[in-house]
Amino acid sequence: MSKRIDVKDLNVYYSKFLAVEDVNINIDAKSVTAFIGPSGCGKSTFLRTLNRMHEVIPGARVEGEVLLDGDNLYGPGVDPVTVRSQIGMVFQRPNPFPTMSIRDNVLAGVKLNNQKMSKGEADALVERSLRGANLWNEVKDRLAKPGSGLSGGQQQRLCIARAIAVEPQVILMDEPCSALDPISTLAIEDLINELKDEYTVVIVTHNMQQAARVSQKTAFFNIAGTGKPGRLIEYGDTHTMFSNPTEKATEDYVSGRFG
Amino acid sequence: MTATLTPVKKRSALTKGQLPKWAPYLVLAVALVLGAAIMALIGFHAFGWGLVSAILFAAGLVGWSGAVEGSRKAKDKLATCLVVGSFLIALLPLVSVIWTVLVNGLPGLTDPGFLTTSMNGVTGAFDNKSVEEGAPVVGGIFHALIGTLLITLVATIISVPIGLLTAIYLVEYGNDRPLARSITFFVDVMTGIPSIVAGLFAAAFFFAIVGPGTKTGAVAAVALSVLMIPVVVRSSEEMLKIVPNELREAAYALGVRKWRTILKVVIPTAISGIASGVTLAIARVIGETAPILVTAGFATSINYNVFSGWMASLPTFIYTQILNPTSPSNPDPSSQRAWGAALVLIILVMLLNLIARLIARAFAPKTGR
Repeated sequence: MSKRIDVKDLNVYYSKFLAVEDVNINIDAKSVTAFIGPSGCGKSTFLRTLNRMHEVIPGARVEGEVLLDGDNLYGPGVDPVTVRSQIGMVFQRPNPFPTMSIRDNVLAGVKLNNQKMSKGEADALVERSLRGANLWNEVKDRLAKPGSGLSGGQQQRLCIARAIAVEPQVILMDEPCSALDPISTLAIEDLINELKDEYTVVIVTHNMQQAARVSQKTAFFNIAGTGKPGRLIEYGDTHTMFSNPTEKATEDYVSGRFG
Repeated sequence: MTATLTPVKKRSALTKGQLPKWAPYLVLAVALVLGAAIMALIGFHAFGWGLVSAILFAAGLVGWSGAVEGSRKAKDKLATCLVVGSFLIALLPLVSVIWTVLVNGLPGLTDPGFLTTSMNGVTGAFDNKSVEEGAPVVGGIFHALIGTLLITLVATIISVPIGLLTAIYLVEYGNDRPLARSITFFVDVMTGIPSIVAGLFAAAFFFAIVGPGTKTGAVAAVALSVLMIPVVVRSSEEMLKIVPNELREAAYALGVRKWRTILKVVIPTAISGIASGVTLAIARVIGETAPILVTAGFATSINYNVFSGWMASLPTFIYTQILNPTSPSNPDPSSQRAWGAALVLIILVMLLNLIARLIARAFAPKTGR
């Protein structure tokens, strides 16, 4: 249950402003791909185009193709809701629904879409998803308590459990650890390692060690200057990207000479 | 410096140059005594005494503080005096109103049958008898209470869906389009409509579609909803706006449709604020007099049907009892009933505010661990 993503000649605009220019990238199924680059280089923007979340912002649009196992996400007649139920997303800041219990947060994707599910199935799904997010043992005795009472790291894992409960093909993560302490970060990184056995994972991170630790492939984005569009500079095996990149800019960035 | 080094010193070097804790109380006592003395010279008067004492207190405390503590502390004390003084002045009318209504309204409220009977069949003869022979005041506000509750209920049923849906359009779909901007503008204009104009509008509206002289509870409810809708729109809009965008995005990312996101994530998150906003909007219109006078008339008997016949309400009951006493020669029983009705109205508004707080607390997102 995982699909590959191929992006062809993608341009992303906010109204008239070209934010990301001419991206071509092939993301493998059942692997972790990391996007790195300085702030404002368009990596989060690009990530959001992979499940049509950028459309939520007024004026945002794209040109080009994003193929999920060969099917164009931006083809005519494609419903963004269908796209998003196949490509899940975890955000920078943990955002459990404050009005729902831990259990209901995990079931949110099912309940909010009014799908009928027996209590036994729901219980099994909650346990499976929370175990998948390495959170089951911490919350199994308080599933009826509100999700906002958990710690930041637990909330983020709850959001991951919520994302995998809808059984997507791909999981996008937008700096999932930037608001967390090192121990919670470690828990999430372990989780990402396990998730890649079943899902295609794409992660945006500012932490280069994190990219090196969790990903098989790394893409480096950069921006020529303020007001210029972000570009994909180099894409390759994580090991190569960090040890022997072809581009000078990549080498400067990963070695900490700028950015 | 030697003095500060001696072991017998009482105050820390860090706190020297400060007024002692009891300084404000001493100044207050002196100000009260001085104020009383000044008032004794020019004729004693409680209000004047308070005013003179307050001025003396502020001047004394600020002057003393300036002499001992320096100008920064003196300015701080002056600001404190101004803030507390303004607070007391703002509170004064409120306390005075509640006190007056309580004192004048309690005899009416405690009158047997006041809350359970109407004014049907109560004539001036009964009032003359109660004044001349000391018989209990008859008649009550049951019909007005029922009228107020029914009219307000119907107005709420009309206003809340319209107001809430408008707010949802403005926040979730408006995107600052020309339509959304013009709605915001007209809602602001509607907020400022004088209530009598709303009443005339409803009366003219029903005059045109039903027939001349249509005065029923429903017409009054329409007039009140003209006043209520902008308040509901405004408060719901503010509440929906503060729902974090992250929650909407979280729902979208789970493949949830927009209308379901609004219905099941955005509104539940904002429901406590919306509910208390609605309750405050009800409290705002429940005491309206003029629009009800021109739309529902005034009745002396009980009318449960908002769609036919004139209907009494508490504000119009008070108005008619004061302006046209049941017995023109002995207006005291009427005025007692009016004060009683006023007390009931204030209690209703207070209850609504209390309910708003309880609703807000009951619906607030849970934070327990």
